[in-house]
Amino acid sequence: MTGIGQRFTPLQRLLHWLMAFCILAMLFIGVGMVSTVTPKYLPLVSIHKSLGIAILVLALIRLAVRLRYGAPMLPADLPEPMRLAAHLSHYALYILMIGMPLIGWAMLSTAAYPIVLYGGVRLPAILPQSDSLHSLLWNAHFYLAFLFFALILMHFAAALFHALVRRDGVFDTMAPVSSRDELTPAE
Amino acid sequence: MPEPRRLPARSAFGSLVIIFVVIAGSAAAFAYTAGWFSPRRLTPDKMVDALAPPTGAALGHRRNHAKGICFTGVFESNGSGSTLSQAQVFARGQYPALGRFNLGTPNPNAPDSTVRVRGLGLQISTPDGQEWRAAMINPPVFPVSTPQAFHELLLAAASKDPNAMKAFAGAHPEIATFGAWDKSAPWTGSYAEDRFNSLNAFIFVDHSGAEHAVRWSLLPAVQAVPISPDDLAKRGPDFLQQEIVDRVGRGPLHWTMVVTVANPGDSTADPSKAWPEDRRTVEVGTLTVKQIEAEADGPCRDINFDPTVLPAGIRVSDDPFPAARSSVYAKSYDLRTAESKDYPRTAKSTKP
Ligand code: HEM
Ligand code: HEM
Ligand code: HEM
Repeated sequence: MTGIGQRFTPLQRLLHWLMAFCILAMLFIGVGMVSTVTPKYLPLVSIHKSLGIAILVLALIRLAVRLRYGAPMLPADLPEPMRLAAHLSHYALYILMIGMPLIGWAMLSTAAYPIVLYGGVRLPAILPQSDSLHSLLWNAHFYLAFLFFALILMHFAAALFHALVRRDGVFDTMAPVSSRDELTPAE
Repeated sequence: MPEPRRLPARSAFGSLVIIFVVIAGSAAAFAYTAGWFSPRRLTPDKMVDALAPPTGAALGHRRNHAKGICFTGVFESNGSGSTLSQAQVFARGQYPALGRFNLGTPNPNAPDSTVRVRGLGLQISTPDGQEWRAAMINPPVFPVSTPQAFHELLLAAASKDPNAMKAFAGAHPEIATFGAWDKSAPWTGSYAEDRFNSLNAFIFVDHSGAEHAVRWSLLPAVQAVPISPDDLAKRGPDFLQQEIVDRVGRGPLHWTMVVTVANPGDSTADPSKAWPEDRRTVEVGTLTVKQIEAEADGPCRDINFDPTVLPAGIRVSDDPFPAARSSVYAKSYDLRTAESKDYPRTAKSTKP
């Protein structure tokens, strides 16, 4: 698949920013809910499960869209290590966007909890009850959540670095609205 | 490919500072949300720590109500509950039940005569795929009004300061009702003779969408025979488990489930206060216990009787306990399933 021009398609940009917001919300809700015993624990857990499964669905759509439309090429003068870091981190982000919800779902399955989403939607168990699998998945969900957050911070820093320091148009490929049109006349 | 537009990197330093501030700020907000800057926030971990006996938690076991035995049976609904709740469990019929008789102690080896509070965990499954889980105890009220107060009670009870409990009771006079039950209520020599109460208030939603604040209890069919704790001690440290195995071996045991409906204005938020005696009650069905199994390999072992696992037609009220219990039971469950090596299943078992 080749580049798609200078920017991600509007659908890709919409999905990117919608999911960026949802995933950050998930991480905050996750660490917030497990550290409280107040009544807000229950709605937070309920949102966590429902939004998490919504992210799984969106991530699969996003992956399909990405495979169909591709991505703009990175600037030719981007140093090789940065290029590699960009590609690897994007792979990792895709894996986590799909993996984290699946791990959450599987973790609840192995603990024999009913999995009830917003509006009473019930999901089937995807693994049998098992205490060893439960603690494995619990640890995976826990450690990968922190890895995910760290990766997003790096990704965020890199995006800002492109936008503010390198000013190489990479941020613009994903920007919700382009700043290029305004800039062009001044160039 | 984005055309490289080399605008002069006007103030790279300024930009880097902005990036640093934004990233550090995000990380700090995350840590704040996780409670890392709030050492006084009451967390499930703290509650679990406070439950642990001085010798440390019993690994692989529930962090409270650790001594118990599994049962299976059926819940037979008589249909009366369907005027209060649309949940299928109240439609006339028989639904499989799974549960656990237990003692309110973090020590799985505590002698029966040393534990005042007895409990019953229950899970009823209905054909529509829904589950109702509950964990009930035998006192008529809970000792305290809030989860925070329960945490303070645990700390006071474990404190070396001889005045800690006095000070606690001074600050939480509601504990007197529980204290009176503790002193005066007769003990029984069998789980089969105990009454188990939800204590927490829940909301039933009926078919018209109307809401009813309720509590429920399981009333034993067997007449209670009082026994002193000393006499119970003489029967042996694990008498209750042996007794329930023998009794169910001779025939199934029954409890009637009675739902108490609050009057408008009754407080649902405080399980330390019983509702007045004259409140309307509805008998909704019968729990029949048919088989007992040891916990180590039993079907209740890896179940979390989380009181917020509710079918559509039952939801939590403004009682702060179910949410707190859910968060703490999950923590207890995470810990004990991770420690299953310390609580081995017996040799024949195949379950991982
Ligand atoms: C928080 C602020 C964020 C900013 C400023 C930002 C910015 C960007 C930018 C500029 C790109 C384009 C890079 C390129 O040309 O390849 C990009 C791509 C990407 N972003 Fe973000 N992003 C943010 C959050 C997130 C989050 C939370 C995720 C969640 C996983 C995420 C996942 C991705 C992925 C997977 C790509 C690669 C897209 C592809 O190749 O299909 N981003 N982001
Ligand atoms: C993008 C997806 C997801 C992210 C980023 C995420 C993130 C997190 C985080 C940060 C925590 C707190 C970890 C801790 O500090 O202990 C957490 C806990 C949890 N998550 Fe997720 N999660 C996701 C999806 C899901 C899904 C789909 C489910 C279930 C359907 C789920 C179920 C849970 C549960 C039950 C816990 C509490 C675990 C416990 O301590 O018992 N998560 N998650
Ligand atoms: C904030 C207050 C409470 C805390 C911190 C607490 C803590 C716990 C913990 C940690 C467990 C073990 C859970 C597991 O590993 O599965 C447990 C079990 C249990 N609790 Fe509570 N509890 C509280 C209030 C109550 C109340 C109000 C009741 C009854 C009305 C109750 C009845 C029970 C019963 C019957 C069990 C045993 C369930 C089983 O067989 O698995 N608890 N409690």
